Amino acid sequence: MNIDICIVAFSQSACVAQAGAANEVELIMPQLEAVYSQVGISNAQDVDFVCSGSCDYLQGAAFAFVAGVDALGAVPPIQESHVEMDAAWALYEAVLKIRMGHAESALVYGFSKSSPGELPVVLSQQLDPYYLAPQWIDSISLAALQARLMLDKGIIKASDMAAVVAASRRCAMDNDKAQLAGQFSISDLLEEPEYVSPLRKADCSPISDGASAMIICTRSKAEEWQVPFVRLSGIDHRIETHNLGMRDLTTSHSTRLVAEALSIHNSSLDIAELYAPFSHQQIILEQALELQAETEINPSGGVLAGNLMMASGLSRVGEVFNRIVAGEAIRGLAHATSGPCLQHNLLAILESS
Amino acid sequence: MGELAAVVGIGQTKYASRRGDVSIAGLVREAAQNALEDADLSFKDIDAVVIGKAPDMFEGIVMPEIYLTDALGANGKPMLRVHTAGSVGGSTALVAASHVQSGTFKRVLTVTFEKQSESNAMWALSTPQPFSVHLNAGAGGYFAPIIREYIRRSNAPSDIGIKVAVKDRLHGARNPLSHLNLPNISHQEVEDSMMLWDPIRFLEACPSSDGACAMIIANKDLVSESPKPPAWILGGAMRSEPTIYAGRDEVNPRAGRDCAKDVYAQAGISDPRREFDCAEIYVPFSWYEPMWLENLGFADQGEGWRLTLDGATSLDEGGDIPWNCSGGVLSSNPIGASGMIRFAEAARQVRGDADQHQVEDARLALGHAYGGGAQFFSMWVVGANKP
Amino acid sequence: MDNKNKEVIDAIEAPIYLKYNFTAGLAPARFLSQLKQGVLTGQRCPKCDNVYVPPRGSCPACGVATEEEVVLGDKATVQSFTIVSIPIPGNPIQPPYIVANLVPDGANISFIHLMSECVNEEVRIGQRVTAIWKPKEEWDFAMDNIRYFKPLDEPDVPAELIGHLSVNGTEN
Repeated sequence: MNIDICIVAFSQSACVAQAGAANEVELIMPQLEAVYSQVGISNAQDVDFVCSGSCDYLQGAAFAFVAGVDALGAVPPIQESHVEMDAAWALYEAVLKIRMGHAESALVYGFSKSSPGELPVVLSQQLDPYYLAPQWIDSISLAALQARLMLDKGIIKASDMAAVVAASRRCAMDNDKAQLAGQFSISDLLEEPEYVSPLRKADCSPISDGASAMIICTRSKAEEWQVPFVRLSGIDHRIETHNLGMRDLTTSHSTRLVAEALSIHNSSLDIAELYAPFSHQQIILEQALELQAETEINPSGGVLAGNLMMASGLSRVGEVFNRIVAGEAIRGLAHATSGPCLQHNLLAILESS
Repeated sequence: MGELAAVVGIGQTKYASRRGDVSIAGLVREAAQNALEDADLSFKDIDAVVIGKAPDMFEGIVMPEIYLTDALGANGKPMLRVHTAGSVGGSTALVAASHVQSGTFKRVLTVTFEKQSESNAMWALSTPQPFSVHLNAGAGGYFAPIIREYIRRSNAPSDIGIKVAVKDRLHGARNPLSHLNLPNISHQEVEDSMMLWDPIRFLEACPSSDGACAMIIANKDLVSESPKPPAWILGGAMRSEPTIYAGRDEVNPRAGRDCAKDVYAQAGISDPRREFDCAEIYVPFSWYEPMWLENLGFADQGEGWRLTLDGATSLDEGGDIPWNCSGGVLSSNPIGASGMIRFAEAARQVRGDADQHQVEDARLALGHAYGGGAQFFSMWVVGANKP
Repeated sequence: MDNKNKEVIDAIEAPIYLKYNFTAGLAPARFLSQLKQGVLTGQRCPKCDNVYVPPRGSCPACGVATEEEVVLGDKATVQSFTIVSIPIPGNPIQPPYIVANLVPDGANISFIHLMSECVNEEVRIGQRVTAIWKPKEEWDFAMDNIRYFKPLDEPDVPAELIGHLSVNGTEN
């Protein structure tokens, strides 16, 4: 189906360590209001489809996403769906809906309230329930295993990881939504003690509460709304085997597969927002994508500066959108990931109109 | 609008209170392999995988698509996990269909499942939430007051629920996959069973089952690669409304009515009772049959119970609009899969592939699922004739 | 040689313990603080005027934030109910007991709570009830400061008026 999908609005809350007394509705509504006003509409009745991404286990309440529906004004009833994944995949579902002709516009949002629980421990329950989950291997430990493999193979040095962190903190100083920002030298960072060896605390993304929202539509709808738009010219994803022992954890096979499917290698990219929750993973992704020197990586600071679990993937798309709309870039790439050690990866290409 | 798609393969597992012979991976793989065999295909013929299930908290596996990649042959493929509460079985089928109808993929595998024996659904549905009164009401406790209000409005005789409970279990007795196999169930037996949440008796409520259901959905161009007749997808719709809002009609939810209107319009249906040959409708508590007969426009407001009473929805009584010939949710209920089982069983009917519970010469069928506090609805219409 | 039938182990129990620091939203937090003072409150939607209890910070129908607090009385009407035969873990109440959807006077939606001091078979839609609170010293930030609702000797409310009564129980 050759329908031009356009992104017309995006908003993200500040990434905060603890949102405190704020339930799903209170986190989501300000972001919804922001995207509605960017486009000039008043509520979810004015779009054809709504899709959200979230994970109940982050807050410890089954059906947390149902509460999110209360923020939408779903009377009269609306066409609405949900994925228990990062909202980048909700974006994917919405794209399919538009491509099949069942919608001309869609609202996509994701929210994260990770602070109530212990996120890395919660994520250990993503693992095989018979062999791995009962061992409670948390997500940071798995990432640490991956980093160790890379160091031992000589693919990276500790200073390379610190360089990623330093760049993130520095770029984050220009991002008023970021949680962690500042000027740090590589040696400053290397002086910090190891946290889960060989990772230092700064190598791990922080835990953040917040939400993000986006509106997409067909080109004719964007023209009807008379708003600036960015074309979503490609979106695709791939998942790998769950067996960590069967994967080469020092490369991202699925990211490479998606890049090939979207003809990303050797194409011109001004910016790339990569969802790398750990510093060494950014390097893995850069290599799988064969990013060239002219591509600016994570100008927002990336998720090392603030990680809205379940919304960060959508936010990467949003950060690229913002910069293209502002005229700072012509073509950009956004990436989202899910699962231990980059098991599942999604890529989106955005181009100016 | 969109590419034409059809169901070319259907696979289900035997439903039981406990499938101790398979792990969760084994359970979904069984359904997937059954579907592939039904379509005379193998995993390599599948472009993408879409799975769905009820809340992760049931089995305690966070985001199970991550664990199930290998079981479903999804390595190196796109995989999506849908979650829309109880309607998830239906929504997953619709999202899978959209993968083909959008022109993005040619052939997808979709699977839904629940392994309730490895979960604690009752707990997950009523987890004590801080600051709320803990009533441990569960689904039955939530729906019973709504049923009571239906009975008040419609003046239905008090044993209509019992009639549905008997009918669906007799249908289930024709289905070798069914969890409950009660060929000798009687009105008296249901009436004598323990009252749980008045007016819902034990035998008027759904069981708790392990099971999985899978379908292969293909673009029209690939339909001829599978031997059995396809079930053409003629329409699909979803609607959601808030659980609670002032003035909400919980007995006859607007989201259900609007969803039905949408899917009927897509399929060109104006008189569901007469145009459909059968329907697979999500009825987890017996009284929901008369309520949904009205909500879905098969009967006028307040008259749904008459259709049930007259035997119109019974295959055994030769009714003109048999509902839930597979035995329905009242006979097998792996929560995350139940919606897709309705969609799949509707497809089986129009493929002429429903064995002992086949409605003779069925050419048009409705599949329906709902979830949450009856606020999420998904429906599809499937037909034997290519549009 | 020991040839006893060995039991096949086909499952293990792997309990999951996760700790969460639950925070109520802003609107629920205000509602709960009032409850601790023995006051039941709702919030009014600025767009449709309906009063929600317990308030969650937004009107689900309109999708707008609710702010205006409305003090509700102790009286309510039974919108619907069920008689439950399954015990509640940790609650002394003995089955069969009534779980009811109750609309407090002044509110436009119902919440779920227990009824007691009543004859189960005589409970009906439209019946008038009043809140029986726990002793003041036991009040916490919780809806179960109200132990249950018991029948009031007042005429039943006709079905079409349930959810439309003002705070002092008169027709809106």
